[in-house]
Amino acid sequence: MKNKRIDTTRLLSLICFCLIILLWCLASYSGSVSEIFLPTPTAVVEKIIAMAKDGSLWANCWESISRVMIGWLWSVVVALPMGMLMANSKKFSAFVQPIIEFARYLPVVALVPLTLLYLGIGENQKYTIIFLGTFFQLVLMVCDTVSGVDRNMINAARTLGASKFQVYKEVILPASLPGLMDDLRLTIGWAWTYLVVAEMVAANNGLGYMILKSQRYLATDTIFAGLILIGLIGLITDWVFRILTRLVAPWYERLADGK
Amino acid sequence: MRDDVMLRVEGLNKVFDSGNRRVEALSDVSLEIRKSEFVMIVGPSGCGKTTLINIISGLESATSGSVLLDGRQVSGPGADRGMVFQGYSLFPWLTVQKNVEFGLKMKGLPTGERRDIAARYIELVGLKGFENALPKQLSGGMKQRVAIARTLANEPEILLMDEPFGALDAQTRVVMQELLADISRRTNTTILFITHDIDEAVLLGDRVYVMSRRPGRIREVLTVDLPEPRNHHCLVMAEFQQIKSHIMEMLWQESSDAAMDK
Repeated sequence: MKNKRIDTTRLLSLICFCLIILLWCLASYSGSVSEIFLPTPTAVVEKIIAMAKDGSLWANCWESISRVMIGWLWSVVVALPMGMLMANSKKFSAFVQPIIEFARYLPVVALVPLTLLYLGIGENQKYTIIFLGTFFQLVLMVCDTVSGVDRNMINAARTLGASKFQVYKEVILPASLPGLMDDLRLTIGWAWTYLVVAEMVAANNGLGYMILKSQRYLATDTIFAGLILIGLIGLITDWVFRILTRLVAPWYERLADGK
Repeated sequence: MRDDVMLRVEGLNKVFDSGNRRVEALSDVSLEIRKSEFVMIVGPSGCGKTTLINIISGLESATSGSVLLDGRQVSGPGADRGMVFQGYSLFPWLTVQKNVEFGLKMKGLPTGERRDIAARYIELVGLKGFENALPKQLSGGMKQRVAIARTLANEPEILLMDEPFGALDAQTRVVMQELLADISRRTNTTILFITHDIDEAVLLGDRVYVMSRRPGRIREVLTVDLPEPRNHHCLVMAEFQQIKSHIMEMLWQESSDAAMDK
């Protein structure tokens, strides 16, 4: 029963993909949309193969992936302990919450000029943009996840003789693990958005730069190739995170994938 | 007889103060539980029963009054007062075995000893063979069995139970009540059990404290003298019916008084 359900969901997802590609084929091969606006699927695939052959595909992907990872990891390293502390200490929370809420509403794009002024056009500027884009959201998400742990479990642990530290280590941390994995999965997605912002402003490699440069030469096929690559990397990241969540918290039942 | 008292609650008051709203939850509650005794507290919903047991467990603090365990004043939760909750409170990432071992691990007992003690209590609640199951694979009744084993494995001086069978279906509830009566007889555990179910109170208790509506106070203490072992056969006995109708009368009065107030 369960397998059948999964098969139909997979099939539906596949059908949606196929429909979009079909529409793309119809619009481009029939010539009803000019090739300058919409390249044919063959042109895009050929472009990707060509880039893979001359090595620029790997170089650009690698640049972008390493920027996302470094900027995002920085944000994770700071946000995890800070969010946990906020969930645990009303005083600390009162101290940092207002500034985090304020910063959260600043569009990162509006901070680009300042980062350029302070940090120049080097790698640090890109990490900073990604950090700023994800950090403030992640802190609040971590805080929410950690403070959302079922009160019953915490009370049970306390009446079983667990100290405050033991409650944290043995109950709150394992209980929030699946939620934290979800938070990480969501923010790494946003990190990709901010990476492209950073690379479009000042960079000489990476997928964002590749897309921006192609615009100048009206190389729509390269733009499409870049977009497809970013989407694919996103899908793979999401998939990896889902598998990781299942590995670190096999006991976890997601409400959405019920029976 | 007096030095036999395990838990003594004296003049307990609890007032919830939230800005302009002041709710008196408990008013001058006193009670005594002797060693190995099975004591029930029965009262209408919202009478402050859960607040009372939370104060005894140390999860909440009283506005005034004291809770003495073995003559010592208690403050804050501790392993000497084990508690079984109404909602499922098992740790979903731990197997049945590890759940039962939890308190022992907190105490720092070595692995081998932990395993032996846990195995004994898992058998006591009839879950032998389910040691490696995760909570999500168990039914509601089985989950509460694990919760009972987990609390007992810690060997608390008193077992506090807050409507532990409230979420179970009627048949499972009777099975669990018989299991608990049997455990109480075999292990001589001191038990304080809170419920709004009169049948449950009379079936299980050596003594029953009846509470009034809010602010909760003790209206009466009854001694239940039913033959052992306590099981579903007791439910049809004349003595059982007599005590039951007495408590029903009292609680009915409480709720009609409450209705008149409005």
